[in-house]
Amino acid sequence: CGRELFSWQLHCADIISTVEFNYSGDLLATGDKGGRVVIFQREQENKSRPHSRGEYNVYSTFQSHEPEFDYLKSLEIEEKINKIRWLPQQNAAHFLLSTNDKTIKLWKISERDKRAEGYNLKDEDGRLRDPFRITALRVPILKPMDLMVEASPRRIFANAHTYHINSISVNSDHETYLSADDLRINLWHLEITDRSFNIVDIKPANMEELTEVITAAEFHPHQCNVFVYSSSKGTIRLCDMRSSALCDRHSKFFEEPEDPSSRSFFSEIISSISDVKFSHSGRYMMTRDYLSVKVWDLNMESRPVETHQVHEYLRSKLCSLYENDCIFDKFECCWNGSDSAIMTGSYNNFFRMFDRDTRRDVTLEASRESSKPRASLKPRKVCTGGKRRKDEISVDSLDFNKKILHTAWHPVDNVIAVAATNNLYIFQDKIN
Amino acid sequence: MSQKQEEENPAEETGEEKQDTQEKEGILPERAEEAKLKAKYPSLGQKPGGSDFLMKRLQKGNYKSLHWSVLLCVDEMQKYFDSGDYNMAKAKMKNKQLPSAGPDKNLVTGDHIPTPQDLPQRKSSLVTSKLAGGQVE
Repeated sequence: CGRELFSWQLHCADIISTVEFNYSGDLLATGDKGGRVVIFQREQENKSRPHSRGEYNVYSTFQSHEPEFDYLKSLEIEEKINKIRWLPQQNAAHFLLSTNDKTIKLWKISERDKRAEGYNLKDEDGRLRDPFRITALRVPILKPMDLMVEASPRRIFANAHTYHINSISVNSDHETYLSADDLRINLWHLEITDRSFNIVDIKPANMEELTEVITAAEFHPHQCNVFVYSSSKGTIRLCDMRSSALCDRHSKFFEEPEDPSSRSFFSEIISSISDVKFSHSGRYMMTRDYLSVKVWDLNMESRPVETHQVHEYLRSKLCSLYENDCIFDKFECCWNGSDSAIMTGSYNNFFRMFDRDTRRDVTLEASRESSKPRASLKPRKVCTGGKRRKDEISVDSLDFNKKILHTAWHPVDNVIAVAATNNLYIFQDKIN
Repeated sequence: MSQKQEEENPAEETGEEKQDTQEKEGILPERAEEAKLKAKYPSLGQKPGGSDFLMKRLQKGNYKSLHWSVLLCVDEMQKYFDSGDYNMAKAKMKNKQLPSAGPDKNLVTGDHIPTPQDLPQRKSSLVTSKLAGGQVE
């Protein structure tokens, strides 16, 4: 890289748990551990402030989920937002789905910039007027007011998941969506909250026979009958809802053959897929496991077409990563608008970008230094061997508490959002 | 570490494709890490998620650290602590219908009736439960 970038650093009160651009990229939603959703809006081009073009400012904040207590199970239900997914925009209002471990909510975000004045039955401050005192009638008039952005919950989809919800995905039919937990996937209609269809159930009759769980699920971007789900064993199943109502049997099964001689205690854990994303074209999908990102051609189940190493140097640290639980970290991945590049996070506030066309990759850091306006991001390098060069950082110096799990790429432009614990970084190319 | 690999496996180095060699060097760090882990926790089973180590994590109450199979068992275990639950589920069993492929609504109590043999050892709760009355014998 080394290109000039605009960047903004926005501080969040709590740990950011999800980041998602809407379909146009004008809105960016973040969810946090405290159950709050913060939505940023991109500023329009403004001739009087040329440098503010493309700046993201806070548009709306609301409390999406509250902590709950399940008395029957003696378990606390966290309010942490696991995923946010936008609905395609159909009118002036914006809609998004947000979910915690158990409950999915549909939120409507709408603008109000006018207010009615001159009511007959109530005063300007809202107090009811005595009807007998009214001697004349007037027509209320609409007056402009400061823009107010309101968020209201329109649907609450609850009680359909025994286990923790890890994914939601809006269907291309714009009417249905799926939600997935460790063992089941449910299909919902956006208008209907009191029931959902179970379309995948991998729970065995005897829990001791359980060998894998569902880790992520997503609908195909164009084919409304197709979805995929990934597993903790590194496999992906593609299902077609036309073939049967219950999609326990897959249509396609994607798995990379493993060399049995290379198997270790860690093999299964690091092969667990933490995220699966279709390309915008719908031809490919990308999976993220602990050490790599793989691109799969939907027409080829036998192996991925591309494998990109994210932080291979961690392979010799697996013991301590298992002890400090980092080996269970769930990294996400994302495509750029044209599917020519992919991005995923790592430790030490590093994130990695891979250009599929040029086969080049870069490691960048989301930090205070990089958040100076018009500062270019310097590529970083992790030193694995003996001699450490001046700018390199050694594996043992990496801060494993600074993890970038959530990243998002604008659907069209070269704008990326990177969540580093409780800081949100937005980086933008100077030249589009 | 890579130096040590070369010393130990000179025969494997010669005559092999470079890719194979690189793969082997990639594998060995992982095996070395596995050996380290087993040296620290000798009771660790072959399958990840082996008992003692994970029971320790269970008590920490850190769900993220649990290997998933144990986590799900915890969920199942939690179901059976409420005796009211137990009795309700027992009553339900009498009128049991075949499960359909319909929505999984309100599957809080579940249909499976636990027997004393099924009940695993109770984990220490994150929150002290009012129902804590010890184990069902």
